[in-house]
Amino acid sequence: MPTNVIMPQMGESVAEGTITKWLRKVGEPVGRDEPLFEISTDKVDAEIPSPAAGILSQILVKENETVAVNTVVGVIDGEGAAVAAPATEAEEEVPSPPAVPAAAPPPTSAASASVVTAAGGPSAPTATLEVRSSPLVRRIAQDNQVDLTQVQGTGLGGRISKKDILAYVEQRRSAAAGRATAAPAPSVQPPSATPAAVQPAPAPGTFAGPTQVVPMTPMRRQIAEHMVASKRTSAHVYTVFEVEMTKVVEARERQRGEFERRNGFKLTYTPFFVRAAVEAIRETPVINSSVDGANLVYKRDVNVGIAVALETGLIVPVIKRADEKNFLGIARAVQDLAERARTKRLSVEDVQGGTFTITNPGSFGGLFGLPIINQPQVAILGVGAIEKRPVVRDDAIAIRSMAYLSLSYDHRVVDGAVAEKFLGRIKQMLENWDEPVL
Amino acid sequence: MPVLTYLEAIRQGIWEEMERDPSVFLLGEDIGAYGGAFKVTAGMLEKFGEERVIDTPISEAAIVGAAVGAALMGMRPVAEMQFMDFIACGFDQIVNMAAKMHYRWGPAVPMVVRGPSGAGVHGGPFHSQSNEMWFVHTPGLKVVMPATAYDAKGLIKAAIRDDNPVIFYEHKFLYRRIKEEVPEEDYVIPIGKAAVRREGNDMAVITYGAMVWTALEAAQELEKDGLSLEVVDLRTLLPYDEEAVLASVRKCNKVILLHEDTRTGDMAGELAALIAEKAFEDLDGPILRITAPDTPVPFSPPLEEYFLPNTRKVIEAARKLAEF
Repeated sequence: MPTNVIMPQMGESVAEGTITKWLRKVGEPVGRDEPLFEISTDKVDAEIPSPAAGILSQILVKENETVAVNTVVGVIDGEGAAVAAPATEAEEEVPSPPAVPAAAPPPTSAASASVVTAAGGPSAPTATLEVRSSPLVRRIAQDNQVDLTQVQGTGLGGRISKKDILAYVEQRRSAAAGRATAAPAPSVQPPSATPAAVQPAPAPGTFAGPTQVVPMTPMRRQIAEHMVASKRTSAHVYTVFEVEMTKVVEARERQRGEFERRNGFKLTYTPFFVRAAVEAIRETPVINSSVDGANLVYKRDVNVGIAVALETGLIVPVIKRADEKNFLGIARAVQDLAERARTKRLSVEDVQGGTFTITNPGSFGGLFGLPIINQPQVAILGVGAIEKRPVVRDDAIAIRSMAYLSLSYDHRVVDGAVAEKFLGRIKQMLENWDEPVL
Repeated sequence: MPVLTYLEAIRQGIWEEMERDPSVFLLGEDIGAYGGAFKVTAGMLEKFGEERVIDTPISEAAIVGAAVGAALMGMRPVAEMQFMDFIACGFDQIVNMAAKMHYRWGPAVPMVVRGPSGAGVHGGPFHSQSNEMWFVHTPGLKVVMPATAYDAKGLIKAAIRDDNPVIFYEHKFLYRRIKEEVPEEDYVIPIGKAAVRREGNDMAVITYGAMVWTALEAAQELEKDGLSLEVVDLRTLLPYDEEAVLASVRKCNKVILLHEDTRTGDMAGELAALIAEKAFEDLDGPILRITAPDTPVPFSPPLEEYFLPNTRKVIEAARKLAEF
């Protein structure tokens, strides 16, 4: 019995997914629940297990294609089954994808989309808003990198029709071919007689050299939209503190061996910063709020997101109720989420519900960064590299482990004094670290 | 191959199914001794006897109700509505009983309700309606409307063999106007599959019923202008052939939706939504609808002519869309 492999729904608002990698080739056997393919969706990247044991007999959706949730992406023939020809009846059996209500995009991302267009500037082949065309024409334009302002429309009211753009693309192609063949014999025509009319002028500011065009992954698109939306939504203000990390470094150095022996994973610095941030949030709860219209929404749980860099982007898994965890609980949560983020095993829930975010621009040596707030939160803590620096202590120069901590906050709701108090509390806690870490 | 009218093709299809399967039987008003108002069932009483060709009182509720009951007991009733307009009297039995039984408790309800619909014969408001959308909007039913004699035979046979209640619309304007070669042997046309009646490139006309012929006439006329129309005959309205619709839109990039039903809440609106949802980026012009206006079917012949879509209206719309 062949089993259809469908694009799973990763979270109720997710309507489509991109297959990033097939882990089995057609004809290869696969066990039930063994990893079969990897997907990337608006919410999360994940490895999808096989729904049945058997032979992967068909791959219907290739890598890097995006399809609707519930689309049949492949077929597994049951163990021992003859290689099933794709019977037409079987095709009829394939349920057409139900009309999954597309996720209502959060208002900010919708708004950001228009910002992206407007700010797309020189590189985007646009100004299409002033050009009358059709959805088909715009798609052809995008596929062929055509600036529609350069195309002459012959349709109703000067509208660019399919015929017009296909003619333009064809003309450009033959012009390019003509240039290529003409190049070795430059003496054929004097330069002044260049058939300028045939050569579409490149859009102003367009890079004329060779390029490679790679479609953004869903994750990349999501990050792009999210970042621009955040800049547009929040009034970002930044403050940077220098924090002495000597006690934290000492605590870690002293306990790291024992910690790993007892718990089975390494003691990193991240849980120290999470602990300190949670403590500081208790005293300045507005940092844990968000804006809803004319209201401030204070969240009772402190859910701390940790930005994790991936090869292909960035994901922010969330430590739920970090305020109810002790140091070890936080350390374990950080370890678990980071590990699952890197192995693409995060669930949708793991990346939802954050109320505050910590990012670590210092992991490659950056002194400090000024991160963009993770909407709808109102602040984000940036942790710089910890390194030994000469500092003045009791009018003498001393060597201490130091780090710069930066806070980006939304001045719509967080004033400078509150932000300083918050970061000051973190500094105080880290500099006087006295919590047991084991 | 013998040449049959659309009506004779339906008769032959029913006849063959009666011979093939003793659980098939007919019921309706004047279908026996009189052979049916349009003579679809002529000769059936003589051939199959009064137990299998049952003349009923004038009550569509009773006809449909009896058919539902018989279907539940394992028979395959084919109920005739003298005019599909009168199906309204049996509406509750169809939409609340037949359509929902399988969903509620699992039994098959293998019944066909068939009869003539459509205008163009000066029948007035009670004998000319296109009311297929009442049933297209009822999950649990299948709704079929053939345009050719070949399809009429193949689809009535498929409808009788189907385990679901099938509402089978016969266009009365086509009954004796369409004649074509129809094979004598057994064949079925699968329910849910559209047919491309004419291949074209510039725009697709998606239609069904009598309007298939209107579209083909218009396409022939427009060919002289160098405009190439594709004509798609849906054949089944529920479940309709989404793939075929989208394939023609993706090929032609412009689309006209044509039918003789009135406008609001019509099949064309459904298809327009589908196309907008799934093939937006393939559109090179607006989706145009050609339908009857939102009025009852007029009795007066000139008004009826004004009411119905025709070749001229299709040609005008196509020229307008071509300019786009």
